[in-house]
Amino acid sequence: MSRVGIEPRAVTRWLILGVIGLLMALPIVAMVEFSLRGAPGEYTLDHWTGILDPENERKYRGLFEGVGNSLLLAVVTVLIVNAMLVPTMVLVALRFPTLQRWLEFVCLIPITVPAIVLVVGLAPVYGVVSRIFGSSIWTLAFAYGITVLPYAYRAVRAAMDAVDIVTLSEAARSLGAGWLTVFFRVLVPNIRRGMLAASVIATAVVLGEFTIASLLNRENLQTSVLLISRSDPYVATIFALLALLFAFVLLVIIGRVGAVQPRRSTS
Amino acid sequence: MTARRSGGRGWALLGLTPFSAYVVLFLAVPTVLALGTGFFDGDGALTLDNLTGLLEPAVLRSFADLLWLSGLTAVVGAIAGALICFALLGTREDGWLRTGISAASGVLAQFGGVMLAFAFIALIGIQGLLTQWLLRTFEVDIYEGGVWLYQVPGLILPYLYFQIPLMVITFMPAMSGLKPQWAEASATLGGTGAVFWWRIGFPVLAPSFLGSLLLLFANAFSSYGTAAALVSQGAPIVPLQVRAALISETVLGRENMAGALAIGMIVVMVVLMTAYSALQSRAERWMR
Amino acid sequence: MRKRTLVGFAAAGIALAVTLTSCSSSAEAGDTEAHATATSAEDFGGFDALVEAAQAEGELNVIALPDTWANYGAIIEGFEEEYGITVNSDSPDVSSAEEITAAENLKGQDGAPDVFDLGSAVALTSTDYFAPYQVQTWEDIPAEYKDETGLWVYDYTGLMSIGYDADAVPAPESLDDLLGADYAGKVAINGDPTQAGAAAAAVQYAALQGEGSADDIQPGVDFFAELNAAGNFLPLDPTPATIASGETPVVFDWSYNNLAEQAANDGVRDWQVTVLPGVTLGSYYNQAVNVDAPHPAAARLWQEWIFSDTVQNLYLEAGAYPVRLAAMIEAGTVDQDALDAVGEPSEDLVQLTAEQTEAASALLAEQWAAAIS
Repeated sequence: MSRVGIEPRAVTRWLILGVIGLLMALPIVAMVEFSLRGAPGEYTLDHWTGILDPENERKYRGLFEGVGNSLLLAVVTVLIVNAMLVPTMVLVALRFPTLQRWLEFVCLIPITVPAIVLVVGLAPVYGVVSRIFGSSIWTLAFAYGITVLPYAYRAVRAAMDAVDIVTLSEAARSLGAGWLTVFFRVLVPNIRRGMLAASVIATAVVLGEFTIASLLNRENLQTSVLLISRSDPYVATIFALLALLFAFVLLVIIGRVGAVQPRRSTS
Repeated sequence: MTARRSGGRGWALLGLTPFSAYVVLFLAVPTVLALGTGFFDGDGALTLDNLTGLLEPAVLRSFADLLWLSGLTAVVGAIAGALICFALLGTREDGWLRTGISAASGVLAQFGGVMLAFAFIALIGIQGLLTQWLLRTFEVDIYEGGVWLYQVPGLILPYLYFQIPLMVITFMPAMSGLKPQWAEASATLGGTGAVFWWRIGFPVLAPSFLGSLLLLFANAFSSYGTAAALVSQGAPIVPLQVRAALISETVLGRENMAGALAIGMIVVMVVLMTAYSALQSRAERWMR
Repeated sequence: MRKRTLVGFAAAGIALAVTLTSCSSSAEAGDTEAHATATSAEDFGGFDALVEAAQAEGELNVIALPDTWANYGAIIEGFEEEYGITVNSDSPDVSSAEEITAAENLKGQDGAPDVFDLGSAVALTSTDYFAPYQVQTWEDIPAEYKDETGLWVYDYTGLMSIGYDADAVPAPESLDDLLGADYAGKVAINGDPTQAGAAAAAVQYAALQGEGSADDIQPGVDFFAELNAAGNFLPLDPTPATIASGETPVVFDWSYNNLAEQAANDGVRDWQVTVLPGVTLGSYYNQAVNVDAPHPAAARLWQEWIFSDTVQNLYLEAGAYPVRLAAMIEAGTVDQDALDAVGEPSEDLVQLTAEQTEAASALLAEQWAAAIS
C-alpha cells in the first residue's frame, strides 16, 4: 500500500523503534548478565539450572506458589473487568449519558490514591471479606480490580468512542433484538479490541503488583520474588526475567487470538 | 414509549448497583478510612497536628521534588511513547510487530519495584554493566559528581522505563483512530504531511494525548515500589515519607502522618484532574 | 433462548461462587481457647501434649524472618523437620513496626502472624499484642532480659560490625579509616536510621567508637555527615543482590548478617567481617507470642524451639549471641566450635536502654536528613 499522509517513512519508523527498543532492552540485558555471573570474571549457567534441581525445592516452593497465585488473581481480575466494568460502561453510555463524566472520574480515582495508602484502608475491609469468603488469595482480586480501573476504562472507552454504540444498539433494537442479543452479539464484537486491551493491561498489572499483596500478607509473584531475593539474588533475577517473558508470551498470544476476527462479508 | 422508558430506567438503575457497590466497598471506604487517619493522633483523639505537619519544610520539599519528577517523566514518557505509536502507524493491526510491541508495552508498563530498581543498579549502578563499559572504553565516569542514582535524579530513568510503555498502551488506540481518509482528504486539498499533522492530526489527538499525559503523571506521582528500592536514605519524595511514617521502627507514633500525607497527595491530584477536565471539555468543544 | 442463557449464566455464577468460597480454610480446632491462654508447657499437660496439640494445628505463621538473618533458614527448616509442622514465612523484609501492623490488619484471619521477633523499641510499646508464655528453659534467662510474666523475652543479639569486600577495599582498622579516599562512594548502612533499627545501631556504634556515649549519639551523626561530605557515604540499601554485584563493598550491619553474606558469596567475593576494637554495640531482639495467634499451640511450640539448645546453638553458628549463652556454657551444652569461631562476648558490650533509644531516635529524626543530604 502506498504511503498515505499519516504513515511514517520506513526509515523513520525503524529509527524510532530501533533506538527506543535498544534503550529499553538494556536493563533486561543487564539482568541477564547478572544472572549468568559466577566467580568474578566468569560466567556460568548454574543459577539457571539450579531452579529445576529438586534439592532446592523448599527454597523455591514459595516462588512457584507465588506464580500460581498471581495467575489465579489475573484470571479473576480479568473476569471482574469484563463482567462488571464493561456492562456498566455500556449501560452508562446507552442509558445514562449524563453520568459519563462521573464514571470517568470514579475510574480515575484509583490512580490518585497511592496503593500504599489505599491498603491502610483496605485492611479493615479485608477483615470483613475474609470472614465471608475466607482468606484465600483470590479475594485479593477485588482490590486489584480497583487498581486496574483507570487503565481498563481508558482502553474500553477508546474502543467505544471508535464505534457509535448508541446508533448500533438502537438499530439492533429496532430490528427486534433483545438487550442480551444487543450486548453480546452487536456491541461486544465491536468493542472487543478494547476489552482485550483492558484484559491485557489487567493481567500485566496483576503480575506486577506488590504493595497490596505485601501489606495484606498474601503471597503473589512479586512478594515471593522479593522473598527469594533475600537469600538468592540470582534466582530472584531469573524468576523476574521468566515472569516478564511469560507475561510477554501470554500477551502476544492473547493479542494474536483476539486480533484474528472472523471475516464478515460486509464490514 | 414513555412508560416503557421509565420502567426501563428502573431496571437500568439496578444494573448500576453491582459496580457501585463494588466501588464503594473497595475504593470509597478504604480511601475514607485511610484519609481519616490523618485527622487522628496516636491515641485516637481528633487533631489537626498531622495536617499542619504538612507545612514542614522537609515535607513541602518532598512534594516539590515529587511534582517535578512526575512532571518530567510524564512529559518525556508521553513524547517518547507517542513517537512509538507514530512509528507503528500503518503497520498491520494484527501483525507481529504491533502485537509484539503491544505485548512488550503491557508487560513493561507494570514492571516496577525491587526488580526494576535492581535492573537499573545492574545496568548503571557503580558496578553496573554500562558504567563499567563507559569507564573502560571511553574513560567516562558518570558518577564523577557524586552517586546520583540513589537520589531523586536517579529515579528518572527507571520511571521512564515504565512510563513509556504505559503511554504506548494508552495512546495507541487513539493514534490508530486517525483515519487515512482524513490524510487523503488533506492531500487532495493540497496539504502536505506537515499541514495534515498541524491542522488535523494534533488537534484530533490532543485530548487523548493530554489524557494519557495525565495518566502518566498520576502513575509517577503515586509510584512507590521502585523509589523505595532505590532511594533508601532520607525519604525525599512523598510516597517515601508515607512509608517512613508507616514502617519506622525507630521513630514511633507517626503512623497517622501517612493519612495527612495522603490527603496532601489527593488534593494535588484533584487540582490536576479539574484542570484536565476543563482542558478536555475545551478541546472537545473546539474539535466539534 | 434468552431465558435459558440467563439461567445458564446464573447457575454458572452460583457454582463458581460456591466453589471459590469452599476453597477458604476450614474451621479451627475446638480447644483453641485453652491453648490461647496457656502460659507454659504445663498448661498443655506436658511438653509432649504441647507437641501433639501443635501438630494437630499443622501450620505456623512467622513474619519478618529472612532465611539469612541469624540462621533463620536453618531454624525454620529444623522446626519443620522436627515436628512436621509447615511454616509459612511471610514478608521477610518488613520492619518490627510492620510486624505489629500485620497482626493488626490480619486479626482474626488465618494468615495472621503467630509469633514475633521484634526490636526492643517496638516490643516495649506493643505489649498489648502479646500473650504471656514462659518456656521450659525460663530460668536460664537472666531477669533483666525478659518480662517477668513472659510477654517478651530476649532471644539473641549480634555485634555491630563492618563487612567489606577484601578485594575492593583495604581492611578498616578504625572508624576514621573509612573517611579515606579508598572508600569513596562505598560505605553503606542497612537502611535509614529514622526507620530501621540496624541502621540506627550503625550510627550509635559510630558514636560509641568516637567521642559519644549511649546517652549522646551526636558524634555518630557527625561522623556520617563527615562521611557524606567526603563522598564516601553510599545512600543505597545493601541487599544480598547489591553485595553480590559489588555495588555495596562496605556495609555496617549486625555481625550475623555480614557473616551470612560471607557464606553466601563464598567463591564470588571475598567478604570479610570485622568488629572494630574498643566498645562493641549489641541489641537484643525480642520473642513474643501473638495474643490472637491463629495457631496458639504451634506458636508456643515455636517458642520452646527457639529457646532450646539446638536453636540457641544455631544462632551462635550464625554469629549471634543467644540469650542463654551463659547458662549453656555452664551446662556444657554450647557448641564450642561455633563459640570459638565467634569469640566470647566482650565485657564492654553496650546495649541502649529504652530511654536512650528514644532519645537517639529523636536526635536522628531531627538531624539525619540534613546530615546526609
